Amino acid sequence: MKIEGLTKEYQSIKAVDDVSFAINAGEIIGLLGPNGAGKTSIINMVLGILEPTGGKIQAFGLNLKHHRSECSQKMNFAAVYAHLPPNLTVRQILTVFGCLYTVADLDKTIDSLLIKFDLQKFADARAGVLSSGEASRLSLAKAIINQPQLLLLDEPTASLDPSIAREIREQIKDYAKNKQAAVLWTSHNMKEIEAVCDRVLFLSHGKILLSGDPLRLPAEHGKKDLEELFIAVAREPLSLNNNL
Amino acid sequence: MSLSRIYAIFLRQYYLIRGNPTRLFGYFVWLTLSIIQWGFITKYLKTLNQGTFNFVNVLLGAIIIWEVFNRMQTGVLMSFLEDIWSQNFFNYFASPLKISEYLAGLILTSIGMGTIGMLILISIAGFGFGYNFFQLGLMILPFVVVLLIFGMAMGVLTAAMIFRLGPAAEWLGWPLPFFLSIFSGVFYPIAALPISLQWFAKLLPPAYIFESLRTLIFTGKLSADLIFSLLAGAVLAIIYFLAAYGFFVRVYRHNLRTGMLARFGSEIG
Repeated sequence: MKIEGLTKEYQSIKAVDDVSFAINAGEIIGLLGPNGAGKTSIINMVLGILEPTGGKIQAFGLNLKHHRSECSQKMNFAAVYAHLPPNLTVRQILTVFGCLYTVADLDKTIDSLLIKFDLQKFADARAGVLSSGEASRLSLAKAIINQPQLLLLDEPTASLDPSIAREIREQIKDYAKNKQAAVLWTSHNMKEIEAVCDRVLFLSHGKILLSGDPLRLPAEHGKKDLEELFIAVAREPLSLNNNL
Repeated sequence: MSLSRIYAIFLRQYYLIRGNPTRLFGYFVWLTLSIIQWGFITKYLKTLNQGTFNFVNVLLGAIIIWEVFNRMQTGVLMSFLEDIWSQNFFNYFASPLKISEYLAGLILTSIGMGTIGMLILISIAGFGFGYNFFQLGLMILPFVVVLLIFGMAMGVLTAAMIFRLGPAAEWLGWPLPFFLSIFSGVFYPIAALPISLQWFAKLLPPAYIFESLRTLIFTGKLSADLIFSLLAGAVLAIIYFLAAYGFFVRVYRHNLRTGMLARFGSEIG
């Protein structure tokens, strides 16, 4: 996927300001930044649920603006704010979304996802009664039901305990590696980003301020670790920008 | 259009009803109570009239035919509202689902529920009050189809209004069938309306349908005038449907541009 000059303005406010980057197959990119930096707006524009004011998103060789449905067929996402129908059971939700993504051999796929995300015992439970951790696992199961080549994850482990969060991280890393899928990942957990991402993009006020290897980037900017760098970006983005 | 994606929307509504059958109350119980009440009213009117006018044929027939429209409009509206209440739009519209497929899924659900509703009405009217809905044979079919299309159009229109104005605007959708019935000649001829309101009736497809049906019941013949009237109603219904679809797409694009689509579900507008 290639993003060029992506911009989103809400009246006079620029939520995303001339952002350009590309994600390669099998690469996991961390999209970082303080609240309101523009991460979710970028993800929503890639998902085709928010129209950019300017710029271009090219996915799988197609212009997303004109081929949203075809592109969406090869993408999927999990986000804490995108609710799954609370009044359907886990199996029913996966069936409905399997049909939406025209998944072949759906029953078999659902059974394997239930095992993979440890959801077998909740298969006939309604999504509304699941704990937040179980709901996150369901959201991830839905996110890979169509074996997407581009996976967008907006804080996918935000409500998981450390043990399950680690397991989920490993599963997503394996998925990206085995399927050569590109992953765009947002998180406020810097340890997680260090453990998972091949590259990070720091956003501030809708612009990409920094980008690079999450393990080398802090030292390059005189910071102890990624968390310290994050705080610096959040507090003084302009002074950091001047150091570049 | 993908049949799998249309089926997904239908399936979601089917699961909802299967999961909580009390939802059927909204679909069928009011309908059943309404036909029973009108059945007794027509029986009573028949005793006053001493058999010179067949109230059963005219009123019960009108009620059943009007329910075709009513079920379609409220069916689309109900299914759309279920998606709002469950905050499904983000997941739906971030998937490969197209607007045409989403609306086709809502309409398919509405046709399914409407058909069951019609069968209930026809059975109660037949067994309870001796009304034979099929007395006109296959001639009734094109009239039903026109009302079906107009019902879809009004369902999509009200869904679009709610999509634009926010969930609280659902109250614009519920009274619509009642409002339109006043001008559509369902229970009385259009001539009973003041002349100043008759022009408005001429803009509504059901007015052509009910005027034609009344004539058909009395004459039993499908004349050239009736066919012309039916065609006028059909053309108008198709125009309304295309306009409502166009309006829905326009609202979708507006919500896409403003970010409302991603945030829809909570109160907006």
